[in-house]
Amino acid sequence: MSVLDEVPATEADSAVPDSAALYRTIRFIRRFEERAVELVKAGEIRSGIHPCIGQEAVAAGAVATLDADDVVLSSHRGHGHLLAKGCDPARLMAELAGRATGIDRGRGGSFHPSDFSANVFNATGTVGHGAAIAAGIGWAAATAGSPRVVLSFFGDGAVSQGALLEGFNLAALWRLPVVYVCENNGYATTLPAGAAIAGTVVGRGEAFGIPSSSVDGQDAETVYAAVREAVVRARSGGGPSLLEMRTYRYHGHHTFELKTRLRYREQSEVDSWLGRDPLLIQAARVAEDERARVDAEVEARLDEVVRFAVASPYPDPATATDHLHADGLRPRPGSAR
Amino acid sequence: MAAPVIDRSATASSVRSLTLGKALNLGLRTAMEADPKVLVMGEDVGKLGGVFRITDGLQKDFGEHRVLDTPLAESGIIGTAVGLAVRGFRPVCEIQFDGFIFPGFDQIVSQVAKLHNRTLGRVKVPMVIRVPFGGGIGAVEHHSESPESYFAHTAGLKVVACSNAVDAYWMIQQAIACDDPVLFFEPKRLYHSGFMKADVDTAATPQPLFASKVLRRGSTATVVAYGPSVKVALDAATAAEEDGHSLEVIDLRALSPLDLGPVFESVRRTGRLVVVSEAPSEASLSSEIAARVQQECFHSLEAPVLRVTGFDTPYPPAKLEEHFLPDLDRVLEAVDRSLAW
Ligand SMILES: Cc1ncc(C[n+]2csc(CCOP(=O)(O)OP(=O)(O)O)c2C)c(N)n1
Ligand SMILES: [Mg+2]
Repeated sequence: MSVLDEVPATEADSAVPDSAALYRTIRFIRRFEERAVELVKAGEIRSGIHPCIGQEAVAAGAVATLDADDVVLSSHRGHGHLLAKGCDPARLMAELAGRATGIDRGRGGSFHPSDFSANVFNATGTVGHGAAIAAGIGWAAATAGSPRVVLSFFGDGAVSQGALLEGFNLAALWRLPVVYVCENNGYATTLPAGAAIAGTVVGRGEAFGIPSSSVDGQDAETVYAAVREAVVRARSGGGPSLLEMRTYRYHGHHTFELKTRLRYREQSEVDSWLGRDPLLIQAARVAEDERARVDAEVEARLDEVVRFAVASPYPDPATATDHLHADGLRPRPGSAR
Repeated sequence: MAAPVIDRSATASSVRSLTLGKALNLGLRTAMEADPKVLVMGEDVGKLGGVFRITDGLQKDFGEHRVLDTPLAESGIIGTAVGLAVRGFRPVCEIQFDGFIFPGFDQIVSQVAKLHNRTLGRVKVPMVIRVPFGGGIGAVEHHSESPESYFAHTAGLKVVACSNAVDAYWMIQQAIACDDPVLFFEPKRLYHSGFMKADVDTAATPQPLFASKVLRRGSTATVVAYGPSVKVALDAATAAEEDGHSLEVIDLRALSPLDLGPVFESVRRTGRLVVVSEAPSEASLSSEIAARVQQECFHSLEAPVLRVTGFDTPYPPAKLEEHFLPDLDRVLEAVDRSLAW
């Protein structure tokens, strides 16, 4: 009997992905990011963003395998993870724009948002930090007898960080219900993955006895199938898995690249990945009239999202000392005097 | 390896007008020419020339063996640099942003700081860790922080901060030539500011590295600052002139060891001190300065030492950073409070 036969029943537990739903998620993330880039250009998102355009199939396919109660740990390129998990897009856009109506009142921004209503536990902006935190959350779930799993996203840059490998070791040692998803988009900022990683991403997991494989990250349904198997394993006590998603970002590392044109990728490389656009791959699986309906609905929703974010106020500077301590302790008044 | 070919055609004289960023670049280049043991290493520093372009062109001119693009691994970068340094190299590590020094923090406080002492002086650790620090670039937490006090607090480390192009050019070379490990803090928001351009005379004699500097003489009150806050202090001094106040402005430059002699001398004349720093005030360099000044200048002080600093909170969202960062008004207000004491 394979682990697949002894899966506890869960809402999202379907071996067959919902093609139309995946299409909508990908379309929504794509257009959300494009609208966010426009807001960066317009000066509404002051810090800029790390757009995930080109990588939407990973977020859509992976998160679709989860239940609402499962937990996602995101990364600095994480808007897609949040949206796929059900985060309110208007409040996410407001968060990117640093507004008081944002999911974290502007404090998380694009880089470190959390949305507890959607069970997204923080994007850890420090690359590599999430892997051990995911192990701890997984441990807490497992000891409580809960079937909950944790999905931990990070980039190819993270596999060179010691903290990430410590997390892998602990998750494997204690057979914790964590699914590690490495979005290998080929670059860490401007450094090609080949110039950074000795061995392979998959080899990092295998070294700890973690079932590890490399997956086509441009095809949401392939992603879904691979992550589902790992989620099922985690839910049934089989411990962690590592999935390397081969993907690509179509935009720069960060929107600062709109101003500073950096040359570190060949146009032919970008073009070849554009030929494997996750949006088009998924679109081919959905009837044209259905797509037209989804596209119009997404656009109308995003109009509202942008209107909401831009119209929202900035946080009152006086709130800066809120939530420093669980007991409400604040810095000494006039501590800077 | 072929000797680097440096194009100097545009600048026949020894004086050139440089931004702070370009001055650092030239200082690094000069140090690399002078000593083949000087290496530059860090994330995106080679082919790209660094996210702030401070190492621009160095890999092209000195080769991949002297300018290394490292993986995203601060602990690994600093640890490797320690190994190189104890074997005679002079590595210069770039930390991409202030807030990302912490994965390497353990190596710094446990190894970099202690090896010389622990080996009874038998090994030297002549490495430089360059850290773009401070806010004002519209970025977020981790990209705008001022962690210098952690390092000044650690015995065995030397810590400096430059505030202008001339110092940047000389201080980076002096830090590289120093036989001890030096944490080198650079005010990132001034890197490319045309306003901070200065005439750098590469034939001049620099002042010693671990020495503070009086930038402006005055008699009403003393204002001490370092890094990005020096510009704020100077702007405040210019504005205070209109109110008939003459502020003495001192750039600390050396954060560990502190060179407070000129500060004591100044405070004995003015009787008043305002310390300006972007770092939160609790248990910080600004506390250390206040404590030592009250000890050394107790009978000269007309008012308590006042501090204008970042607040004791995490760095705020981009749109609120102007409230967090010390600015001209907050410095002037502190001067007024000191005068009204
Ligand atoms: C510990 C740490 N060092 C440096 C940085 C600065 N930084 C932000 S993103 C990034 C590259 C990350 O590459 P990767 O993990 O491949 O993710 P991608 O950006 O490609 O999605 C770097 C170096 C950081 N966030 N954390
Ligand atoms: Mg990457």
